[in-house]
Amino acid sequence: MYQESKTEFQGAKKYVLDQELASIVNISMKLEMPLLLKGEPGTGKTMLAHAITENLNMPLIVLNVKSSMKLIEALYQYDTLTRLNDSRFGDSKRDVSNIDEYIKMGKIGQAFCADKKTVLLIDEIDKADTDFQDDMLDVLDQMQFDIIETDKTIKAIHRPVIIITSNAKKDLSDPFLGRCNFHHIAFPDPKMMRKIIGVHFENLDDKLAQNAIDAFYSMREIDSIEKKPATRELINWIRALIADPDFRAKDLVKGRLPFLGVLFKKSPDYERVTNLASRRRMF
Amino acid sequence: MFLKFFYTLKEIGIPVSPTSFLTLQKALHQGIINNLDDFYTCARSILVKSERYFDLYDQVFAHHFEGIPLPENDGFEMDEIARGMLDEWLKDPKALADALGIDEKELNKLSPEELIEYFKERLKDQDGEHHGGRKWIGTGGYSPVGHSGFHPGGMRVGGQSRNKSAVKVANERRYKDYSTAGPLTQAKMSEALKRLRNMIPAGPRDMINIDDTIKETLRNAGEIELVFDRALKDRLSIILAIDNGGWSIDPFIQVVQTLFDYAGAQFKEVKTYFFHNTIYDYVWEDPSRYKKPKKIIEFSRLDPDTRLIVVGDASMAPYELMAQDGSIHISERSGLPSIDQLHFLSKTFSNAVWLNPVSEEMWGYTHTIMAISKIFPMYELSLDGLEKAVTRLMRKN
Repeated sequence: MYQESKTEFQGAKKYVLDQELASIVNISMKLEMPLLLKGEPGTGKTMLAHAITENLNMPLIVLNVKSSMKLIEALYQYDTLTRLNDSRFGDSKRDVSNIDEYIKMGKIGQAFCADKKTVLLIDEIDKADTDFQDDMLDVLDQMQFDIIETDKTIKAIHRPVIIITSNAKKDLSDPFLGRCNFHHIAFPDPKMMRKIIGVHFENLDDKLAQNAIDAFYSMREIDSIEKKPATRELINWIRALIADPDFRAKDLVKGRLPFLGVLFKKSPDYERVTNLASRRRMF
Repeated sequence: MFLKFFYTLKEIGIPVSPTSFLTLQKALHQGIINNLDDFYTCARSILVKSERYFDLYDQVFAHHFEGIPLPENDGFEMDEIARGMLDEWLKDPKALADALGIDEKELNKLSPEELIEYFKERLKDQDGEHHGGRKWIGTGGYSPVGHSGFHPGGMRVGGQSRNKSAVKVANERRYKDYSTAGPLTQAKMSEALKRLRNMIPAGPRDMINIDDTIKETLRNAGEIELVFDRALKDRLSIILAIDNGGWSIDPFIQVVQTLFDYAGAQFKEVKTYFFHNTIYDYVWEDPSRYKKPKKIIEFSRLDPDTRLIVVGDASMAPYELMAQDGSIHISERSGLPSIDQLHFLSKTFSNAVWLNPVSEEMWGYTHTIMAISKIFPMYELSLDGLEKAVTRLMRKN
């Protein structure tokens, strides 16, 4: 068992946690089940894993899922080429007849072999195909996998805390969902957003923060925006506003909105918002 | 514990599994859940696996723990139907008012929310099916909220049997499987589409071919000889042509959209075009079929290996398909009837299919469906049909 005092997740320095999510994270850790997080981009799915790492003082291992990824890559890799090379030249310190020396652990393998409990973040699982997802869950369920080349079974020394993120586009398969706990992170409301901004910027002028958040939410509500700006964009935007010496907080109320390119990254969105913003200034 | 709660969730249509219920029990026994708030969040995260059901979960929770009455039996579906009626109302207020047997002006006074409430009331009134009348939802009547009725716009007369209104379809829930029935079906759909690929070597030679490397090394008397290959990439190009005109296709738009969301995510080279009823001289790149026309004749320049998928109900008046001036747009009358254009397309792309949302057993009743299915291999827009269509598209010639 790990130390009892450090098992409750209570948020981290740069992460504002709502109580609901905290209890879900804690229950998933106690039940030792993976936690599947869905939600709009920019709602802090990935940040959560970082926050848990910081708060519970565990190492973080990130598996970034790619569409072409095969499960075996996440588990281990057998480096045939190096072995071939070593056998040819015979000048390395490795023992060529020992296959183990040429097995490299993948991210899941690393999490299993780590000598202390880790947080394993499996980011954007929806990118991979369903076979990958189902097979991976089998491995995570049993907490072990086999290395075919050496006929060895790798068992997890400590069950890692597993956080899986998915961008809400498609639903995952039933067997997969059956083995996870699920939470959907909604986009934060303005009050929550104020707190989030608060932890990112110390000594931020209150008026600036409030005006920026108001402007941000009214811009999010503009119709037919393809990619709505998220928390990340807002933080960058405020950073840009602070950096500009000519900028005054009350400009935002007047509808003078500089640096819209920080918020809107698709050109039709950008044009639309610029148009609307300039029209509003006319009134 | 909480067995009844579990079954209420199940009854109302949230896919909850017994395993997850056991997990919840485990959580309860471990003493992690100390109050109702904890229970609310934990039970939700363990039992409910999609945010689509969060709302329903809330309703059941409120019912079970606070005694708030559940929405009427089938309340969820009723909402959908009522919403469908609202859509209908927006399209043609008079027809719907007539169908409900009240004055249009009365309905005009209501706000959309009130309208929905009103429709729900009326839906509750209706017991059993109603056919041939003119007041209620049923078949064969001339109310717009049934099927096989006539379109109040009076646009189509011949050939168009069974036009479908969204309400009727919602009522039947025949396509439930495809639109809302949940994760498994959607996963299956993408599963079916996944087989649509054509892997060919592309890009730089950066993948080592182990077998050949060993062979060449041996041949080289142990001197290492590395053999590199190009990685396999999916290079299948696909043209989707979607009939997005007319209300007969409306009920299927959601299905088609789901399908093509997947398609868009899955294939690198998908071109989507739109047409109305059938293809004449042009198809359009924009859904409004106005801004970006593309000449059919230009398709002959494309790689004949391109897969063409047409989605449409293929139902129209025979002259629209056969006559030289079948198109409603004057500019489109180049002298070729639509049927010739279809022949041209099927000749250009030997791998082409037509997906039809109309259920297969109905095809025989519509002349144009029969005619078009002789040109393109036609499949029903269902999982089954999709599988077959994909097999057909990927067959080796």
